[in-house]
Amino acid sequence: MRKLALSDEILLKIEKPARYIGNEVNSIVKDVSEIDVRFAMCFPDVYEIGMSHLGIQILYDMLNRRDDIYCERVYSPWTDLDRIMREEHIPLFALESQDPIKQFDFLGITIQYEMCYTNILQILDLSQIPILSKDRTEEDPIVIGGGPCAYNPEPLADFFDLFYIGEGETQYFALIDLYKKMKQEKKTRAEFLRSAAQIPGIYVPSLYEASYDEHGMLCAFTPKYEEVPKKIEKQIVMDVTNTYYPKAPVVPFIKVTQDRVVLEIQRGCIRGCRFCQAGMLYRPTRERSLEMLKEYAYEMLKNTGHEEISLSSLSSSDYSDLEGIVNFLIEEFGKKGVNISLPSLRIDAFSLDVMSKVQDVKKSSLTFAPEAGSQRLRDVINKGLTEEVILDGAKEAFDGGWNKVKLYFMLGLPTETEDDIKEIAHLADRIARRYYEIPKDKRNGKCQITVSTSFFVPKPFTPFQWAAMNTKDQFLGKAKIVNHEVKDQLNHKSIRYNWHEADVTVLEGLLARGDRRVGKTILAAYKNGALYDAWSETFHYEYWQKAFSQTDLDLDFYTTRERDVQELLPWDFIDIGVTKKFLQREWERAKQENVTPNCRMKCSGCGAAQYKGGVCIENQN
Amino acid sequence: MKIRIKFSKHGAMKFIGHLDIMRYFQKAIRRADLDIVYTEGFSPHMVMSFASPLGVGLTSDGEYFDIEIHGTISSEEAVNRLNHVMVDGIKILSFRQVPQDKANKAMSLVAAADYFVSYRDGKAPCPNWQEKLLEFYRQEQIVIVKKTKKSEKEMDIRPYIYKLEQKEDGVFMQLCAGSVTNIKPELVMEAFAQWLHAEQQPFSLLVHRMEMYADVGTEEKRQFVSLEDLGEEIA
Repeated sequence: MRKLALSDEILLKIEKPARYIGNEVNSIVKDVSEIDVRFAMCFPDVYEIGMSHLGIQILYDMLNRRDDIYCERVYSPWTDLDRIMREEHIPLFALESQDPIKQFDFLGITIQYEMCYTNILQILDLSQIPILSKDRTEEDPIVIGGGPCAYNPEPLADFFDLFYIGEGETQYFALIDLYKKMKQEKKTRAEFLRSAAQIPGIYVPSLYEASYDEHGMLCAFTPKYEEVPKKIEKQIVMDVTNTYYPKAPVVPFIKVTQDRVVLEIQRGCIRGCRFCQAGMLYRPTRERSLEMLKEYAYEMLKNTGHEEISLSSLSSSDYSDLEGIVNFLIEEFGKKGVNISLPSLRIDAFSLDVMSKVQDVKKSSLTFAPEAGSQRLRDVINKGLTEEVILDGAKEAFDGGWNKVKLYFMLGLPTETEDDIKEIAHLADRIARRYYEIPKDKRNGKCQITVSTSFFVPKPFTPFQWAAMNTKDQFLGKAKIVNHEVKDQLNHKSIRYNWHEADVTVLEGLLARGDRRVGKTILAAYKNGALYDAWSETFHYEYWQKAFSQTDLDLDFYTTRERDVQELLPWDFIDIGVTKKFLQREWERAKQENVTPNCRMKCSGCGAAQYKGGVCIENQN
Repeated sequence: MKIRIKFSKHGAMKFIGHLDIMRYFQKAIRRADLDIVYTEGFSPHMVMSFASPLGVGLTSDGEYFDIEIHGTISSEEAVNRLNHVMVDGIKILSFRQVPQDKANKAMSLVAAADYFVSYRDGKAPCPNWQEKLLEFYRQEQIVIVKKTKKSEKEMDIRPYIYKLEQKEDGVFMQLCAGSVTNIKPELVMEAFAQWLHAEQQPFSLLVHRMEMYADVGTEEKRQFVSLEDLGEEIA
């Protein structure tokens, strides 16, 4: 029997010991004596969140297909175990072998959101790996960062040996093969990193120099050596049908956030909402074939025993054969007690019909994400949804028996006025009015409209990457306006309003568009005690405020300052295929309230056509 | 057809709690593709009933749950199919048909359970603890104070300890179990520690459940039959 890294006494003392014992269904067991390269794949958050992430399941399956590689998983220990591990100097371990991470060749960390940055430092710290890349020796694993936040890796540059820019399916084997070869040749860590920088998509931060002018503005970002590439090109899978996807994903013992089969039907999004980073990063939109999806749905349900299957994509309604896949799932699995969950569907006749088949209309709610209250502002952000579409969709839903509606908006969008803000409340009221137009005897009691607002954070590689972000006080003032306006509405009793925390948002804004200098602030915050910043119960803004003053950080420089389009941005050295020129054009069009058509209606020349695939070549063969 | 499944739980699996074990078996039954009966209604769930929850940290060779299946399948094939989809540490020991009547629910049948109890290394209250425990067992009464949310109640647990014997490096005990009176081995050992005037250290015990029984005897004389033996192998 496997020996666990933690004693019985510790495991019986902490919350949910199942987070740390591995041994789950479909987890991979290999004889480590027959392995050349050991890879620890990490999601820097608690097990239940990390296990719900599709990307790791894909890479775990892919890497473990090779006999010479053993990929294992590691997640952030929760605060209870964190304390014990520090007290007792227990090194962080991988779930499968229970071996210390510091013995591994690679530690790959997926960086999905900014608020996990202090957890990354926790992972390194508990693993007993030096937190700063420059302090690591030949004994330490190579620490890799990937995922959406790696598209502005600069705030984390000091902590990672290299970043992987793009989709994991493409360059990992090249990277690992290079490592294997150089290890056999007894080459040093520094030599390996220097060679790895030649692999497309691999960014080695220590090989670049960032310079600032007397105003503190980034003025140059240059490779230290001639052969190191000036631009890092995003790597993506062009054929998403004939590629890696797990047929037997790992099934956790405890209930995790995504406790179901996840079928990713496509990557990318044709819509081009101007605030959305994913919509730009994952261009062009690429669909998996219906045949592949059918096969995987069947295999994955069989191999996991999950009782639910969910489609995953940025905008499922845009999948060309949505009816095909949805009808297949209903016909094939509906009778077998398998729940079918269909998030991110546009509300229309088809989706309402489908949803009435797969869920209990009385219990479920419908979700709209208009993102902005007024048509003017929706045009600014290029959210193609019109008020007519929303009201008609709601009407149809009400006629179909639904009476719960959720509405999502953002506050603090560029050009936003008080009228735009008030329109959020007015729109909710107009939806309620549609409901009460239904004769009393035909409707299902009162309707419940939940309005939620988040605060807008400008993200790199979006048309709003230059935009000023609001201050905390501005955000809260705007939330107050919505709250007042909701209360003034005719149907205020049917409308509930809730809004996000503002401190976390400001911090997210700092980390999203930060540069290399922000790294020392992150380290200071971690040393002050910041950890699990994504969790409201463990988020302490005071640790960060202290770090700002300790490291002389000017928060406004990074958040509320509008960037000039001529400015050299910290992430400009990364090429995501979508050109800066296009983003700039979109920023101008936003200010002029001009809508840009989606990729299927008309190509807007964003630059992603250079990949010669996906939606860019649809109907051209 | 009503089925009783017996399984064992060892190693790291002792850290998986009862509710998660139920979820685990729901998924396992799907993986094994057993034609299980579902409840009616909008969100159907499997007809599945567990005999007696096992605490986190305990191992067992005698865990049970009942299911209902459509059609028939041989015990041998079912055991093979289920073991094929098990994780390390959980093993299906038998798959037997039990009578259909309602009185035959595993949960309500449980009347007694066997345990093997020992101390972790260095955690025993005294070197000759097994002898002492037998001495403790020879008392006519073993009164403990049971604390509930509202009150404290005295209770004599001696009549519910059916057997207690020294065995290898630990002790074997047969205790009353079930929904009316359920005596846990930890409770006995706690009373023992008190009797010794020793402090029961946390996490000092190793408890292994060996078997669970139904009582098929009369009011006067108990007769225990393992839950497994109430069922029949399917050919």
